[in-house]
Amino acid sequence: MNDNNKDDKTLNHSRRQFFKISTALTAVALTPSYILKAADDNMDDKIAELFEKRDLNIEVNGIVHTLSIEPRVTLLDLLREQLKLTGSKKGCDHGQCGACTVHVNGQRVLSCLSLAIMQDGKKITTIEGLAKGDELHPMQAAFIKHDGFQCGYCTPGQIMSAVACVREGHANNEDEIRSYMAGNICRCGAYPNIVDAITEVKQKGGTI
Amino acid sequence: MINFNYVQASTQKNVTDTLMKDGTAQIIAGGTNLVDLMKRGVAAPQKLIDINNLSLKNIEQQKGFVRIGALALNSVVAENELVVQKFPLLSKALQSGASQQLRNMATVGGNMMQRTRCSYFYDTTMPCNKRNPGTGCGALKGYNRMHAIFGATENCIAVHPSDMCVALAALNASVIISSSRSERKIAFTDFHKLAGTNPEKDNTLQRGEMITAVEIPDANNFAQHSTYLKIRDRSSYAFALISVAAALDMNGGKINNARLAMGGVAHKPWRLTTAENFLKGKAATEENFKQAAALAMKDAKAYRHNNFKLTLAPNSIAEALKIAAAM
Ligand SMILES: Cc1cc2nc3c(=O)[nH]c(=O)nc-3n(C[C@H](O)[C@H](O)[C@H](O)COP(=O)(O)OP(=O)(O)OC[C@H]3O[C@@H](n4cnc5c(N)ncnc54)[C@H](O)[C@@H]3O)c2cc1C
Ligand code: SF4
Ligand code: FES
Ligand code: FES
Repeated sequence: MNDNNKDDKTLNHSRRQFFKISTALTAVALTPSYILKAADDNMDDKIAELFEKRDLNIEVNGIVHTLSIEPRVTLLDLLREQLKLTGSKKGCDHGQCGACTVHVNGQRVLSCLSLAIMQDGKKITTIEGLAKGDELHPMQAAFIKHDGFQCGYCTPGQIMSAVACVREGHANNEDEIRSYMAGNICRCGAYPNIVDAITEVKQKGGTI
Repeated sequence: MINFNYVQASTQKNVTDTLMKDGTAQIIAGGTNLVDLMKRGVAAPQKLIDINNLSLKNIEQQKGFVRIGALALNSVVAENELVVQKFPLLSKALQSGASQQLRNMATVGGNMMQRTRCSYFYDTTMPCNKRNPGTGCGALKGYNRMHAIFGATENCIAVHPSDMCVALAALNASVIISSSRSERKIAFTDFHKLAGTNPEKDNTLQRGEMITAVEIPDANNFAQHSTYLKIRDRSSYAFALISVAAALDMNGGKINNARLAMGGVAHKPWRLTTAENFLKGKAATEENFKQAAALAMKDAKAYRHNNFKLTLAPNSIAEALKIAAAM
């Protein structure tokens, strides 16, 4: 390995050996041209790295997971495909809708534009982690009371964003709520009711 | 997304050494632009260098300027006490960009380096000199409603999409750039470049260099009379059609000094120095604002679908000046 990679976590060598052989035999047809070029240049280590899975320790809704993932996996795909937490929705997959909003170390972010590998050691909260057992989170209860949804597709993202909006102190009036909730698009147009739900939770006060 | 090798950098030198040695490596900060481009196949780095462990998050007062680290988050900068107090223009520009979720991820360095939102650049089946030099410009004879009216060439008529950068250009900020061998400081307005003959390059950053901070001089009286006016297709969560950063140093009804910059009109944040000079020493009247706006439009040139910008731009300049003066 050249010293470009001195920060790499230790790679599993038997696995690497396997890739050295398998890339030569089978993967060629499916392989991007720069990898083929790398193969021509006898850069087997580099090829192996590109297919290598990496260790990830991540806490999701209070449970610590030790996983092995490819660096290209997004946090959203990790949650939905590997951890089967399908509450976070894939609306656009490009940062434009907010359906995938989760909390990372308490801050709201878009899981579709977050690489899972970059969340090592962090605490994630998804919509599944908001209720306490059978007791709904106050924001979930308020969305139900105020009819803050129709089809419900945007709702997990709306609720995660709404909780953060109140915690950040950005829910002091309707204008502010609308402006700080602008990253969550609702195709059904439930906006007035969403604002009502957030306003109620904010006005009740207390820590949420 | 094509797979890649992922490394976490522990020192700045780590980053710049790797960038120098490996032309296929790219920095990742918040990931909000790069991950999107990688998903679409517009970017395909073979190695991502995660710089989030570097201590470049600080926002601090120094003698004569405020220094903001390249990894400071857009949401944090927007609400930082020093920034709100001294550069409300910057705070307002940041708040008008993207969404709170994105601002919680996006960094100052990443914001400066974000690529254009030209739809031909994003569509890998289309010609685009910026994405694929020599293939032509799809927007030139295509649908170019969002495109430039200043400083463009037939090679590329894209605009830089950032709001933050427009404010930093108006505030005479500087950029601190590091390589493994040295550190250099350049004017913010010299960081981004015009498309020229090599639109594949958005800015003057060289191979092996990274942004470490921006510095904003604070010995001025612009804070009281400044605003960021952003005109877009919907009232939030959209890129600017036109934006104006206006800052005035006023003495009663008289303008001592003016700063004006525009977004959504050029390949880089566009400073309106002719209009600034015109306003110096003038009374803050609507008539003068209109004249300044007309001067600013002197070299403007529209394409097939963005003719409306030739009217929207001067109106926005005059309006922003009016708002700033009335504060
Ligand atoms: C739906 C959507 C809407 C948006 N709306 C707006 C808007 O209205 N206004 C606006 O201004 N922006 C908007 N943005 C863009 C957003 O502001 C940028 O994506 C963000 O600022 C990029 O920062 P980042 O840290 O995530 O960069 P990354 O995606 O991590 O990186 C972007 C680029 O910068 C490089 N880079 C990062 N840090 C450094 C460094 N320190 N030195 C050198 N190179 C570096 C990377 O290599 C990469 O090429 C929007 C984005 C999305 C997805
Ligand atoms: S305007 Fe620039 S970015 Fe857009 S298609 Fe033309 S060359 Fe590409
Ligand atoms: S799925 Fe993430 S913003 Fe749309
Ligand atoms: S409830 Fe249907 S998209 Fe919002």
